[in-house]
Amino acid sequence: MKKRIASIPATLFLQDGHRFTGQGFGSQKNTDGEVVFATGMVGYPESFTDPSFEGQIFVATFPLMGNYGVPEHPFESDAVHIRAVVCQQYTEDYSHPHAKQSLSDWLADNDIPGISGIDTRALTQHLRETGNQVGVIVFGNNPKKPDFKKIVDPNTLNLVDVVSPKEVQEYNMQNAETKILLVDCGMKNNILQEFLKRDVGVKRVPWNYDYRAELKDFDGLFVSNGPGDPATLTETVGYLRDAMKTGLPIFGICLGSQLMGLASGAKTYKLKYGHRSQNQPCIDTTTGRCYLTTQNHGFAVDEKTLKKDWNVWFYNANDGSVEGIYHKTKPFISVQFHPESTPGPEDTTFLFDEFLKRIR
Amino acid sequence: MTIPKKFQGQRTMKKGQKALILGSGGLKIGQAGEFDYSGSQCIKALKEEGIATVLVNPNIATVQTNDDMADRVYFLPLTVDVVTEVIEKEKPDVLLLSFGGQTALNLGLALEDAGVLKKHKVKILGTPTSAIRMTEDRDLFAQELRKIGVDVAESYAVTNIEDGKKAAKKLGYPVMIRAAFALGGKGSGRVNSEPELITMLQEGFANVPQILVEEYLKGWKEIEYEVVRDAADNCVTVCNMENFDAMGVHTGESIVIAPSQTLSNREYQMLRTVAQKVVRHLGVVGECNIQYALNAVTGEYRVIEVNARLSRSSALASKATGYPLAWVAAKIGLGYTLPEIKNAMTGVTSAAFEPALDYVVIKMPRWDLQKFKASSRRIGTEMKSVGEVMAIGRTFEEALQKAIRSISIGADGLTSHPHEIDRPFDEIEFPTDRRLYAIADALLAGTDVAKINKLSDIDPWFLNGLKRIVDVHKQLKSAKVLTPELLKTAKQHGFSDKQIGGFFKQSADDIRALRKKKGIVPVVKRIDTLAGEFPAQSNYLYMTYHGTENDVVAGSKDAVMVLGGGSYRIGSSVEFDWCSVEAIKAIQSKKRQAIMVNCNPETVSTDYDMCDRLYFEELTLERVLDIHDVEKPAGVIVSMGGQIPNNLAMPLMERKVKILGTDPHNIDRAEDRKKFSQLLDRLNVVQPEWKELAALSDAKAFAKRVGYPVLIRPSYVLSGAAMNIAHNEDALTQFLKEAADVSKEHPVVITKFMEDAREIEIDGVAQNGELVIYALTEHVENAGVHSGDATIATPPQKSYLETVRRMKHVTREIIAQLEITGPFNIQFLAKRNEISVIELNLRASRSMPFVSKATKYPMIQMATRAMLGDDIHGNYNTLDVDYVVVKAPQFSYSRIKGADPVLYVEMGSTGEVATFGRYYREAVLKSLLAADFRIPKKNVLLSIGGDKAKQELAPYIKKLHKMGLHLYATKHTAQFIRYDLGLPVTEVAKMSERATDNTLSLIQDGGVDCIFNIPTIDPSTDDLSNGFLMRRAAIDHNVQLIANMQLTKTVIMALYDLYTGEYTLEVKAWDEYVRPTK
Repeated sequence: MKKRIASIPATLFLQDGHRFTGQGFGSQKNTDGEVVFATGMVGYPESFTDPSFEGQIFVATFPLMGNYGVPEHPFESDAVHIRAVVCQQYTEDYSHPHAKQSLSDWLADNDIPGISGIDTRALTQHLRETGNQVGVIVFGNNPKKPDFKKIVDPNTLNLVDVVSPKEVQEYNMQNAETKILLVDCGMKNNILQEFLKRDVGVKRVPWNYDYRAELKDFDGLFVSNGPGDPATLTETVGYLRDAMKTGLPIFGICLGSQLMGLASGAKTYKLKYGHRSQNQPCIDTTTGRCYLTTQNHGFAVDEKTLKKDWNVWFYNANDGSVEGIYHKTKPFISVQFHPESTPGPEDTTFLFDEFLKRIR
Repeated sequence: MTIPKKFQGQRTMKKGQKALILGSGGLKIGQAGEFDYSGSQCIKALKEEGIATVLVNPNIATVQTNDDMADRVYFLPLTVDVVTEVIEKEKPDVLLLSFGGQTALNLGLALEDAGVLKKHKVKILGTPTSAIRMTEDRDLFAQELRKIGVDVAESYAVTNIEDGKKAAKKLGYPVMIRAAFALGGKGSGRVNSEPELITMLQEGFANVPQILVEEYLKGWKEIEYEVVRDAADNCVTVCNMENFDAMGVHTGESIVIAPSQTLSNREYQMLRTVAQKVVRHLGVVGECNIQYALNAVTGEYRVIEVNARLSRSSALASKATGYPLAWVAAKIGLGYTLPEIKNAMTGVTSAAFEPALDYVVIKMPRWDLQKFKASSRRIGTEMKSVGEVMAIGRTFEEALQKAIRSISIGADGLTSHPHEIDRPFDEIEFPTDRRLYAIADALLAGTDVAKINKLSDIDPWFLNGLKRIVDVHKQLKSAKVLTPELLKTAKQHGFSDKQIGGFFKQSADDIRALRKKKGIVPVVKRIDTLAGEFPAQSNYLYMTYHGTENDVVAGSKDAVMVLGGGSYRIGSSVEFDWCSVEAIKAIQSKKRQAIMVNCNPETVSTDYDMCDRLYFEELTLERVLDIHDVEKPAGVIVSMGGQIPNNLAMPLMERKVKILGTDPHNIDRAEDRKKFSQLLDRLNVVQPEWKELAALSDAKAFAKRVGYPVLIRPSYVLSGAAMNIAHNEDALTQFLKEAADVSKEHPVVITKFMEDAREIEIDGVAQNGELVIYALTEHVENAGVHSGDATIATPPQKSYLETVRRMKHVTREIIAQLEITGPFNIQFLAKRNEISVIELNLRASRSMPFVSKATKYPMIQMATRAMLGDDIHGNYNTLDVDYVVVKAPQFSYSRIKGADPVLYVEMGSTGEVATFGRYYREAVLKSLLAADFRIPKKNVLLSIGGDKAKQELAPYIKKLHKMGLHLYATKHTAQFIRYDLGLPVTEVAKMSERATDNTLSLIQDGGVDCIFNIPTIDPSTDDLSNGFLMRRAAIDHNVQLIANMQLTKTVIMALYDLYTGEYTLEVKAWDEYVRPTK
């Protein structure tokens, strides 16, 4: 176990002038990012390694952080993707038989800072009212107010390019009868696991990989989750539009769902503060059934712009936003939430089977 | 969003149809106030749909039995016979059996078994009985779960001792035994050896037909989930909870934290997914609780049990999350699907969701084990706690320390507790009710967490939380000056001002002043179910030092704050919650805002829809002042929640808080024994001779002068804590010490104890020193039995009118002297026509709901309106009525191993019931039946101490014989019956006389239905006597026991009159006895 460095004060500055001061943990590195809040009560290792959090400062509404430490294996990707974590109380006194190190040590190893001692409820309510915004974390006493003009809003960047793999990778391609092409825009590991569990062969390609000529060799196409604004990914959307012309079954999750929306001719928009939680109820419009889902997104498909051959598949039971779409006649389905869970409820893992039904 | 018609659930009832709801009866250990909460929410949910509601529940002190709740209320025993008659009479369309605990569930199943439901075409709403039976029969349950690949604790269901021995051998000791069909883990426990197993099985089989012998899961974590499922198969887990104590301590005995703290996502989701799988397989429709053991090292789990009904845990989960589980369960029963139901907290989002908490909740049990002489402090797999509190904070440390204060055992915090623990490691390894404090002591002494973890199996995460508190304690102790930083740290770790002040020789007020000067004040946060994700106008609040912003600003200027009763405990229970709710109603009826402060999750007063603002907070001076600082209400009502808020009257007033009702100075004049006696002397009111204790020698001299027995009691206490009757000097010395321990700040008083006196009470409401309304209640038992344990009738049946007139006169004088406005209770002793005053309470008394419902005058609402300035004078008739109401105590002695189940000056009952009757004896018998008495059919055992008592009971013994009952008796009693009365009798040897074939074996073998035992003079000293052993055996083997002279006479006469057909046990609703409310 590593010795923890004595914590020093750290301040989160928001673009609108608000500031919140607490104690640092993890890496003591000044940083910036889009400040977003997440209401999950469990699963911080999974969340922090979810590539969809790329560029974001993670505000945990649940006040305690670090309780069960961090186990050996990385979770949803090989890297920590949040830029920083903000919480009420960080505990170094973690306890779990599978823990290998404390959260603080893990973050320090990954050069990610944290701040504890923040009234995260007040901060959350503030973000809820003003919308997510850029924030800067500055360590030390009497920190200087940062110059926000110099800060780059991560939403203006192509974050997908940051987290998407550079190389093509293949899994189980030799043996599997069913093969899919998977466009990785910042995929969570468990998506891949769900496919492999079902004995599917997967060719994993970067976000801007031109797969059009290869589609004939695959039984289906999958578009993953990922960070940022879908509208910036014109290449991905273009390939997808062409893929739809072939009638090959397509499944999209989260960002993938938004990209499918765009490819179908619909538009997306930015939610005021997004959905980042593990308790979002989504209603299946075809059955009336309601499922609890994990979500992590700031953009959504605009129902009003859906083309006439597309339907809404899932609605969010809380705010009525679109949580999934499907083509009326062709095997194109997508969901805004995360059926692969991790973290969060496992209610909708059956959707992977739904996709495979359309293939097999 | 609205759910399209085609996806809406099929409604199970039409407007105007009728639903029968079964309550849970008198409060007992394992089944307490939580079912008032669930029943009340159920009734509300049904009424909103235009369903007619009929409730059977003899618990008169509940909110659910109010006349504005169910359309019809039956205060009757919850038995198959009675409810069958109710069904015949009311012809309900449906029955709801999952809102009244195990009592209602068992009764519902029994009604089905008896064919009553089928015959009268009564449907059961919600979870089908087939599913309930699967969860209740442990063998069946294990089989079902294994079918779907769910791991259950390895177990064998046995119906006899031989099979039990075989099963245990197979599993290897230690094993766990559990009784089927029992609530709160009754008859359950860890068994280390075969002899122990045999004893436990013998006792168990006296109560239940089937017992499970199971693998012992030492050191595994214990986790619970609350699951809701609708008929369309939507399923959510509303809350999960983790026990602080590892497996081996009943969840009702454990400190519980929500949400779970040491589970990884994988563990959390695994158990959640299993929960849904189980609930779907069983076919639960409504609410359900599932308990697990989890091995964090191997990732294995075992399902321990499923409760397919509302439970104590579901009440806790409701309060912990703000998700109204009982209300939602009722809606689901009516056919709603989860997405159709709105989240009541936000009004816009869906009930088909799982709350996200942005705080930590801790539940802590309250025990009263010290009240039971000779009972063990050990806790384990059987529930012994009598109540609980819930505390909310933004950290574990903060919430825990709040909980410790809320439980009101005299602890100001973890490291400031009243216990002297000689061997802390013993109590850590073999848990007692003081284990938490033993851990604190050990940590203070420098023991490391690893060692405590090894002894206790408590997860190091929790122990480290405790250690952080202890570390701050040490910091405070070693600090020379109290810096603002240290002060803030201490407050964030949950230390009270009083505790902090103690380190620096400063008062709590000094610390408070310093804090405010430095801006160290708690902030108010909302519980909104969504962790702030959506705007919620929730009024459900708590306070924390981990915050910079208040979620609310002061409410309206004319708001009134009501202080609730805190944890249920012996002597302070649901009746004070009822009073609190009545006060809220009265305040709101005046179009004023009501602010409720309480910390008990088993209550209706803490339902956030009852008041305008709910502070789920400690009832300590410090916190009440904190809330007062934020809310700035027009006034505070302290007289509804029992002794805890009542004790705050003076301190609050001294700090410029406006107390509504009687002036706190006058409350003090009533509470302080000395001042009160002086007042009575001045008024020329007779009182038993008394003396305030100065020195032991004075006490002895006093006792000698007035003659033994004498009564010892501390001031400012409820339920007669440390109250005792001393029959000799040795006893006096010991009891005085006990009393001094209980009441350190207030004087101890000795009075002459009057034997053979009757006790009569007046409960009522006064305004500006004038008596407005009152009701008289008369005890069946003579003085010497605590009023909370007495059987009580109203209106009085035996008192002379002259006595009544005198009492009324005295009452008026006292009221005028103390300028009372609000509720009061005066207790009198009467011997022939002579009366003397023994006690005055200037607050709502335990019997307030009883007299209010007996007379159908809402006395607490009247009292509250009087406090708010309404003129409440009028003509109220409470004496001249055509019925009688009798209240009987509900005991839980079967839970408190080793306690003597005898009536005494210190209260021992955990609840009460009351029933109406046309005749006195009818009402007495009904109320006893409602408190689990069963009419003896064949054999009774008599053991009567002393010749005088035998002579006195002679005519009654003859009546027993005439009823055709066979009499068994111990030696002297048998001789008396045989020779003096000339009646046939079977003599039974006492346990000391013969080792086998004695009273014990008779009781064990189920040879008698009922025991009448009149103990010899001084019950407090004969705890090892045959009498005690016999009484204890009766309790442990579920045999009826009557152990009081007057009650014996009354019961025998009631039985006899029923036998001869003098009366029948009428099945009549409340409104058939008392005029309906306008």
